[in-house]
Amino acid sequence: MITSDNISKKFGSITALDGVTLNIGKSELFGLIGPDGAGKTTFFRIVTTLLLPDTGTMTVMGHDTINDYLLLRRNIGYMPGRFSLYQDLSVEENLNFYATVFGTTVKQNYHLIKNIYSHIEPFRKRPAGKLSGGMKQKLALCCALIHAPDLIVLDEPTTGVDAVSRAEFWEMLKALQKEGITILVSTPYMDEAILCDRVALIQKGRILDIDKPATIIAGFGKKMYAVSGKDKYKLIQDLRCDPSVESVNPFGDSVHITFTGDRFDSTIAGKLEKAGHQDLRIKEIEPGIEDVFLELMTVSENDK
Amino acid sequence: MRTILYLIRKEFIQIFRNTFLARAIFGIPIVQMVILVPAVTFEIRNIELCVVDKDMSTESRQLISRIQGSEFFLLKHTTFNEKEADDMLHSDKCDMVLHIPENFGRNVTREGNDKIMVAVNAINATSAQLAWAYMRGILQDYNAELMVQNLQTGTPARMSFIETTNRFWYNPSLNYKYYMLPGILVILVTAIGLLLAGLNVVREKEMGTIEQLNVTPIRKYQFITAKLIPFLIIGLIDLAFGLLIGKILFNIPFNGSIALLFLFAALYLVAVLGLALFLSTLSSTQQQYLFVVFFILMIFILMSGIFTPAESMPLWAQQFNIINPAAYFMRVIRMVMLKGSGFSDVLPDIRGIILIGIGTISLAIWRYRKTV
Repeated sequence: MITSDNISKKFGSITALDGVTLNIGKSELFGLIGPDGAGKTTFFRIVTTLLLPDTGTMTVMGHDTINDYLLLRRNIGYMPGRFSLYQDLSVEENLNFYATVFGTTVKQNYHLIKNIYSHIEPFRKRPAGKLSGGMKQKLALCCALIHAPDLIVLDEPTTGVDAVSRAEFWEMLKALQKEGITILVSTPYMDEAILCDRVALIQKGRILDIDKPATIIAGFGKKMYAVSGKDKYKLIQDLRCDPSVESVNPFGDSVHITFTGDRFDSTIAGKLEKAGHQDLRIKEIEPGIEDVFLELMTVSENDK
Repeated sequence: MRTILYLIRKEFIQIFRNTFLARAIFGIPIVQMVILVPAVTFEIRNIELCVVDKDMSTESRQLISRIQGSEFFLLKHTTFNEKEADDMLHSDKCDMVLHIPENFGRNVTREGNDKIMVAVNAINATSAQLAWAYMRGILQDYNAELMVQNLQTGTPARMSFIETTNRFWYNPSLNYKYYMLPGILVILVTAIGLLLAGLNVVREKEMGTIEQLNVTPIRKYQFITAKLIPFLIIGLIDLAFGLLIGKILFNIPFNGSIALLFLFAALYLVAVLGLALFLSTLSSTQQQYLFVVFFILMIFILMSGIFTPAESMPLWAQQFNIINPAAYFMRVIRMVMLKGSGFSDVLPDIRGIILIGIGTISLAIWRYRKTV
């Protein structure tokens, strides 16, 4: 569906994308995971023919994004990271507008959006700008789908949306995937990453890893321990100073650590207690995708 | 075609849903007409005159009564004291001082000549010139009459002179409003064209809606046309509205063809809108756009000849006016409204404005990118 071959893009002296190569299959739910400024939006803009890459080739549905942009624009639904519908037009008017602009009607493709639109239909006369965050995203998704595209590209669709709406939104994406639509999505939320078929971890314009979320986690290959104590800040400091500890990352209430050479240091609890830590708890845990990501980020930093 | 119509419909929905904008579109012409037209008019009637008549002869009274008989002068004060008269001029209590020296009457009848002095407050050069011109007219008339009288009294000299009478064509009463109102209408139409359309596009950029629009199959020409036509229509409606107000409030004459004026206005709006769309592609915020357009608007209007005739500007300014669309419209609207000029009279201007229009629209299409 999407073949990106060694795509690079620079803005002045900043390298937004640095040799990105990846393949996305048909009706795949593909996630692009990375921190802010990693190059996700730039990549999406190249996929949606809005930006031209400096080097490399990008083909979408077998068409080159530079030469066949007109054809591709008819077949791609794009939902930019920022809410980009007309805030002063009503829900209904926005939907009709995008349907007409793509040379179709709402009626014709209603079956595609029915499940999503039913959530916002009660507010169809309301200006889009006055919808809540979650409803805005649902409307934007409807507008991106109304011309029945084969590919939809969603740039951080759930940023700034409450947890319930986020869960709903992902259910909708899963349903769309069953209709045969390919979905390329980016998210800063790690809990959403595992909902994708495959994810690419991206940082500073470079792909760190591409695989199924489960495989990526399994590939972590180290035992991970969660350490918690009363003074979390001091705990992090002390753990970082300990030579037997390899990585230390704060994670919610606790601190996730791995040991050098994956060898559990049984004296660690004693050392920490000596240093004055109270309520210490250390237990082995299953690493999550975020742990993997942080690990990969550190490795790629050290490579440089 | 269906896409363009729908895009245009969308623009109109947005414009009229914005209640402030909708009111402003119809409110501004009223305010401009009611306030600006009378305000920018140079009042050439009621020039306040102070006379220092040191002669008090038949001749001096004849001259003064002639001046009083003119509709342009208002005799504010008569005095013998020159200083008092000068003080009045200094303190802005009168606009003009006329000095008639002693023995004026005697010298005129016996010697055949004498001098009088006129002092005019020339802070406003235009009104001072006008006042002086009127005064000179009266004095010349009086001169001529004296000569005839002298002939009749049998002075042996042979007198021959050319009598000049003048008539101000196209605006016989020299009503300045007739001159200014078309100019105000040009400002109105230009402001609508430059500001509304350009800000509309820049706003789409600021709100991010242009990004979503860019991934749609909308073609450049469709986008440009859809941004152009709504403001073209609004501009023409405002022009009609302004003309109507001018007719009702100031009974402004309309000697030419209304259809010709609107044809030209439409061509003019296309040129201006093209420029607005071009400038909007260069700016990314409404602030930037407003700042640039403010200066362009001022240059266009002031150089177009709204106050001072473009023909009396320096050569480089006249050459600049070849690319100044406002100069064309300023000329044509006055020609059509006041002179009743026909199609063939304004044909060179029509050609000019079409060329400018082609230029600005091409620039807009060239610069508008459907990429980020």
